[in-house]
Amino acid sequence: MLVLIAGAIAFLVSFLKGASTYETVAQAKENPGKFVHVAVKLDKSSPVDYDAQKDPNYLSFQAIDAEDSLQSMKVVYRKGARHDLQLATKLVLKGKFTDGQFECNDIQTKCPSKYKDAGATEHPQNPIVN
Amino acid sequence: MHYPGEHLLPGQLGYFFVVLSLVASMVATFSYFKATTSKIHEDAAYWKKLARWSFITESVSVFAIFGLLIYLLTQHLFEYKYAWQHSSKTLEFKYIFASIWEGQEGSFLLWSFWHCILGLILIKTSKQWEAPVMTVVSFAQFCLGTMIIGIYIFNQKLGSNPFILLRESGIFDNAPGMHVDFNLANPIRPDYLSLSQMKDGNDLNILLQNYWMVIHPPVLFLGFASTLIPFAFVVAGLWLKKTAESMKLVLPWALFASAALGVGIMMGAAWAYESLNFGGYWAWDPVENASLVPWLVLIAGIHTLLIYKHRGHSLKATLSFFIAAFWLILYSTFLTRSGILGDTSVHAFTDLGMNLQLYLFMYLVVWLPGLLVAKNKNQRNIGAIIAIGLLPILYLLNFSWLGMLALIAGVVYTIYQATSAVPSIKSEENTSSREFWMFIGSLMFFLSAIIIIIQTSLPVINKVFGKDVAPPEDAEFAYNSIQIFVAIIVAVLSAITQYLKYKDTNSLFFWKRILIPTLISLVIATIFVAFGQINYVKKGPVFKASIWLALICSIYAIIANASYIWIGLKGKLKLAGGSVAHLGFGTVLLGILISSSNKETLSNNVNGIPVPLANTENPAENLTLVQGLRTDMGKYWVTFEKDSSLTKKPKTFFKLNFNAKNGKENFTLQPNAFVNYKMEGLQANPDAKHFWDHDVFVYITSIPDPDRKPDTSSFRSQWMKAGDTAFYSGGFMVLERFVTEDSVPNANFKPGDLATAGTFKVFSKNGTSYTSTPLLLNRGGQSESYSDTVLSENLVLKINKAEGNRIEAGIKDTDFLMKYVTIKAYKFPFISLLWLGVIITVVGIIISMARRIALNRKDAA
Repeated sequence: MLVLIAGAIAFLVSFLKGASTYETVAQAKENPGKFVHVAVKLDKSSPVDYDAQKDPNYLSFQAIDAEDSLQSMKVVYRKGARHDLQLATKLVLKGKFTDGQFECNDIQTKCPSKYKDAGATEHPQNPIVN
Repeated sequence: MHYPGEHLLPGQLGYFFVVLSLVASMVATFSYFKATTSKIHEDAAYWKKLARWSFITESVSVFAIFGLLIYLLTQHLFEYKYAWQHSSKTLEFKYIFASIWEGQEGSFLLWSFWHCILGLILIKTSKQWEAPVMTVVSFAQFCLGTMIIGIYIFNQKLGSNPFILLRESGIFDNAPGMHVDFNLANPIRPDYLSLSQMKDGNDLNILLQNYWMVIHPPVLFLGFASTLIPFAFVVAGLWLKKTAESMKLVLPWALFASAALGVGIMMGAAWAYESLNFGGYWAWDPVENASLVPWLVLIAGIHTLLIYKHRGHSLKATLSFFIAAFWLILYSTFLTRSGILGDTSVHAFTDLGMNLQLYLFMYLVVWLPGLLVAKNKNQRNIGAIIAIGLLPILYLLNFSWLGMLALIAGVVYTIYQATSAVPSIKSEENTSSREFWMFIGSLMFFLSAIIIIIQTSLPVINKVFGKDVAPPEDAEFAYNSIQIFVAIIVAVLSAITQYLKYKDTNSLFFWKRILIPTLISLVIATIFVAFGQINYVKKGPVFKASIWLALICSIYAIIANASYIWIGLKGKLKLAGGSVAHLGFGTVLLGILISSSNKETLSNNVNGIPVPLANTENPAENLTLVQGLRTDMGKYWVTFEKDSSLTKKPKTFFKLNFNAKNGKENFTLQPNAFVNYKMEGLQANPDAKHFWDHDVFVYITSIPDPDRKPDTSSFRSQWMKAGDTAFYSGGFMVLERFVTEDSVPNANFKPGDLATAGTFKVFSKNGTSYTSTPLLLNRGGQSESYSDTVLSENLVLKINKAEGNRIEAGIKDTDFLMKYVTIKAYKFPFISLLWLGVIITVVGIIISMARRIALNRKDAA
């Protein structure tokens, strides 16, 4: 019986897929084609490019590394509009760096207002600062 | 200082009841403990009476706290942080409850509320088990009570009080406008309530303004609360050294917990399906997993308990499973409330600064049962020394690997004490016995739970070991690729196991009974394989084959269990709880497999409207609909007819007409979106049309920014290749072709001069089409653009530049604003099977529960 259990565990664990890694913008650029997670901030000085009339699936913006504000890259996301980028304090991008831009499969936003228990003093929804 | 306009009484009353409930639960715990341990009968009776009254006092306090919170919210008393943070004047009344459990305090209260109800039922029904079981329940209540006490001990926040005033909550600390003379050093302005910012609250998160959010949390927390009861019976049984007796009473409670927790989880799935834009009901989100895992372990425990009831072994596994199920509930609470999931989950709570308290809660609940039921004094002392000794180290090295180790030490200690207290029973492993395969099934559930919790705990593992490992590329597939095997094995086991007998089965007897259902299943499965289809190919043929196999096995589970009600039980439904539940479970599996593997994106079909497919790897799932323009979407024509706004809220409904091309389905869907560009952008709520065999599901992904003024005076430009589409207010146009030549008749071309001519086909909303041919000449390095006008459409087209295989087209439009929406639409086939399966499973569990309660009554009589 124990052998059976051990075998079952081994069998199932063998299906655990290799995890990926968190990298910086610089590291992502150094390893083009490698799937990585990158923590960035939206570069608010350049516009978010989305035009539903031209291509409703194409979104692109400039991102700055969350830790190193000198590192930036162009991000392309081909799953349509996102409305949570502007508010997010941090974005976790999942994808690969290819041909001079970051091809992003998924964007996870870290947003202080998602659940309103967050430090409400920096809550963008509560402009209690005159 | 006096603050005019504040209503302080409800808060003071509320705080009084918070403190009272905490003290009462403490007294109840102590008194029930004394009632259990007193050797003298009169003493025990005295303690029990005191304990009961304490518990009743506690319950009344919790109900009062609830009532007062509802009062704060319905009266819009925004001087209280809870009302200000979670509600607003425009919030519809039906969502007041959702506001209460949006906050951590309210959801702890909800949990506490159910413990009170369950505790009162136990006081009424559990007779000689009342004192030990209620010791555990009262202690859990004490722990929950500390979560809403809101005091500071040595700078360490203990709980978070829901009745705190906004001005005392620290929210104004950085807001000069709220202080006297605009100076942060001064106290809060006495007239702060008259300021405009205080006139309304923050409102409930829009995603939670959904009826499922009113009902899903109460049911889920009932599930959480009810896993305490099997745990309490296990501890009580070990404590009094009467495990066999306690196991008699535990089965109905365990069944009840599994039903409540299961329904709670699936209601959450229904909410995700209806209001989140995941495009599905399950995303293997950590928060979902964290509640699924205890359920899986609970189911494992129920099955091993049945083995124990019939054959007398597997008791150790049963005890461990019931203990673990409750622990996993606490662990999931820790995961969702500590903020540790921040990066990996879309709907965890954020950190309230109570992590140490949450950790201590887990620490106590892991160690205390072991210490309580320890075999002898010696072992209890050793355990106590380790448990207490590790605490100061933990405090100093907050949340390092040591913290994890100390918890695991507690787990090992308690499980060791629990399992070594009951005798080992040597059993023959007879593969023709029912219990053998039931045990394998339980084990599968347990293994599945372990693997899910390991995958989900990645952020915890990172934190403990200081690592920074990210989830795999396709996180969902990492779960699916493993759990599909669990589904296959569990489905087959649930189909055949009931046809086996306990102890030993005559093989002829077994084959004779199972032959017919197996044949029927084979026939149905063959029909499925022959005529059905699975469109899920993106993970390769092996995974596709696994889906087929799982599908066939779940059909087998459905047919075999339905047949067993007649073959095995002669149609006696009262006895058929197990079969019905298995039948439902098989249906759930079938529904999951069909709907997930055949989920179809409707909005990516671009026949007729060639939206540029830049990258074929990425599904182009968004489709833009111009108002009034009938658009081709695969099997449907879709028209965005109009939008209509609510006056009270910035919520807009978009009326979309769907017309199936085969003429059979005509319906209207009205997905809506909260539009608030300055604050939250767009929050979309889907709409779905339910057919018996599929759902058509649509939601808004983008609408034009209302702040962006239309520029009608100049050309807007767009790069286009041949075949590309551009929209204008009256319809759309396709660039059919363009040619660049070095000579044009009568144009006096010199060498190096070029001419580019484009041919646009213009399709207007009213169905007419036109051809337009603007021209671009390049002579002597100078560009000359010759525009072309479609008069009846007020449309002017020109070519600005030509570059290789594309041109930059200039489009000048009429002078009214073009309205459009961008949508995603999916088709989920047979999702109704999933919901139906859940209902059947629960009915099965309730039948079993009713029978077990009746059996226990008969036993006691």
